[in-house]
Amino acid sequence: MAARHNRPQSLRHRDIGLSDEQVREMYYYILLGRALDERMWLLNRAGKVPFVISGQGQEAAQVGSAFGLDRDRDIVLPYYRDMTMVLAWGQTPTEAMLGSFAREGEPSSGARQMPGHWGSKRLRIVSGSSPVATQVPHAVGLALAARMRGEPTVAWVSLGEGSTNQGDFHEALNFAGVHKLPVVVFVENNKYAISVPESRQIACAHVVERAASYGMPGALVDGNDMLAVYEAVRGAAERARAGEGPTLVEAECYRLVPHSSDDDDRSYRSREEVEEARKRDPVAVAASYVREAGVLSEEEDAALRERIRREVDEATEAAEQAPQPSPDTALRNVYAEGGAGAWQ
Amino acid sequence: MAVKSYIDAVRDTLMDEMRRDPRVFVMGEDVGKRGGVFRATMGLIEEFGEERVIDTPLAESAIVGVGIGSALAGLRPVAEIQFADFIWPAMNQIISEAARLRYRSNGDWTVPLVIRAPYGGGVHGGLYHSQSVEAHFYHSPGLKIVMPSTPYDVAGLLRAAIRDEDPVMFLEHKRLYRLIKGEVPDDDYVLPIGKAEVKRQGADLTVISYGLALHFCLEAADVLAQEGISAHVIDLRSIKPLDRETILEGVRKTGKVLIVHEDNKFGGVGAEVSAMIAEEALFDLDAPIARLAGPEIPAMPYAPNLERFYMLSPEKVADAMRKLAAF
Repeated sequence: MAARHNRPQSLRHRDIGLSDEQVREMYYYILLGRALDERMWLLNRAGKVPFVISGQGQEAAQVGSAFGLDRDRDIVLPYYRDMTMVLAWGQTPTEAMLGSFAREGEPSSGARQMPGHWGSKRLRIVSGSSPVATQVPHAVGLALAARMRGEPTVAWVSLGEGSTNQGDFHEALNFAGVHKLPVVVFVENNKYAISVPESRQIACAHVVERAASYGMPGALVDGNDMLAVYEAVRGAAERARAGEGPTLVEAECYRLVPHSSDDDDRSYRSREEVEEARKRDPVAVAASYVREAGVLSEEEDAALRERIRREVDEATEAAEQAPQPSPDTALRNVYAEGGAGAWQ
Repeated sequence: MAVKSYIDAVRDTLMDEMRRDPRVFVMGEDVGKRGGVFRATMGLIEEFGEERVIDTPLAESAIVGVGIGSALAGLRPVAEIQFADFIWPAMNQIISEAARLRYRSNGDWTVPLVIRAPYGGGVHGGLYHSQSVEAHFYHSPGLKIVMPSTPYDVAGLLRAAIRDEDPVMFLEHKRLYRLIKGEVPDDDYVLPIGKAEVKRQGADLTVISYGLALHFCLEAADVLAQEGISAHVIDLRSIKPLDRETILEGVRKTGKVLIVHEDNKFGGVGAEVSAMIAEEALFDLDAPIARLAGPEIPAMPYAPNLERFYMLSPEKVADAMRKLAAF
């Protein structure tokens, strides 16, 4: 607790309107996301879960986003690396693990989708697919609906930098710009689209340069810095809520692990490059901040990590013990049930 | 009861539904001030304003994708694709997204979206304003596909489509827009999606069709009646779901089946109807199943004589019916 008595006079998080408690909560989700992700890799290598798609290196960007939005009102369309985002948005570690094990009760899809395809109407998380960028026009449509109803809801949608080359990205941002809709488009630039680096994906220096052509502002932020991301996303959301239209936010991150559990990144990038990126690992950056800002002591940090380890253990155990989905569920929910769609 | 053209039935029903339900709105290219290039949305912007009659950028994937998003939010969008020939950029949104959202979220998220698209030839539209697109979509579970042939069916089925909880493709044969007039009741009737209609009772052969070709079949049936051949004619109205009962009942009644559609034959709707009949009523057949469809070329040519070569006609249908009746 000694650190708290010596804390600096000016604290970045207070300057941007975050309480100590909020910063501790953000830090908790960053640690939780990383710990859960690491456990999923172990389970995969142990042969217990078939597939992992990872968000390691993007946790601070995701938590900064979640806290920059109104978590009681806004609607989010995450992509498959956004586990830490959806944890901060209300999904539980057990729910994420049910997805990894593909077990009954998996809330996003009933274990129909691969892991990472988040969804929950109750939590305002729109179900996503694997073709990239298809979610961006959906976000624009949700924003259109909010404006038609006069609701101050903002739609937040994320994607990787490679996905910004899709036509749907262009069509959706143009639509949002023309109609000045309340959307925050959040690009998690992790520098790789599977094996292809950013330099072979886009011809401009930054994705965010594209914003001008859609008549919207763009914000480039350090994705390893949860406070910078928070500030950018909160600003974009406020702008959207005030009726001023969409914003493109690009968070610069680095994908610390292979594309997925089926990928081997040694074939396309050097270990030196990855080690260099690890020096700016968002988990370490957040840990330094909470310590230096005096919002969490060393003992509290250790206790928090212990709590998270227990939570990950419990989630793993609960998911592993859950039954497989019953085969007859595969035929359900093709159409509304009981109506004309019950045909066949 | 008012007599209306096919296109007036489209517009009046859109107007009725927008008056009835504030969640209903239309979006697409030129649907606002212009009232649609076929005038299907004429007068809507004057009554409902540009918030509910949205002129979109020229980008089909966004028209469908933004429509999906608003449907996820609980609205009832009617997205217009100006010509069905231009629907392909939206294919991913229709197949991977609209058709799958209910299934992939295990019933949590749903897409009550209508996609209206004028299709079909005989209008000097050449390769890219004449296509029949239905076969590309009817393979996908999660979609419903409606293809009405009369103003009465347009009104009843468009209401059903807008009120449906799932994505419905509402394909309108553009040659019928001003060709066909018919009685349309003023009341709020709804026709069930997935129910065919027997348009004409007959004993010698059964003809199954939809869209413009259905009218050719009815004309041909009149001609054949004078020759002493009695045709049982079924209008599918919806191709997905297919009305199994009405099809099989028609097969059992005559033992001879001719399937007629403007779309080309290979992998077309007729293939599925034939397979269903072969699986379920083979021993009720007295002749091989016959199909009359467009030729196996990529699309309908522009030159008038080449277009006539592609298009079906009452005469072509009558010839196919005579041949089958004589078997």
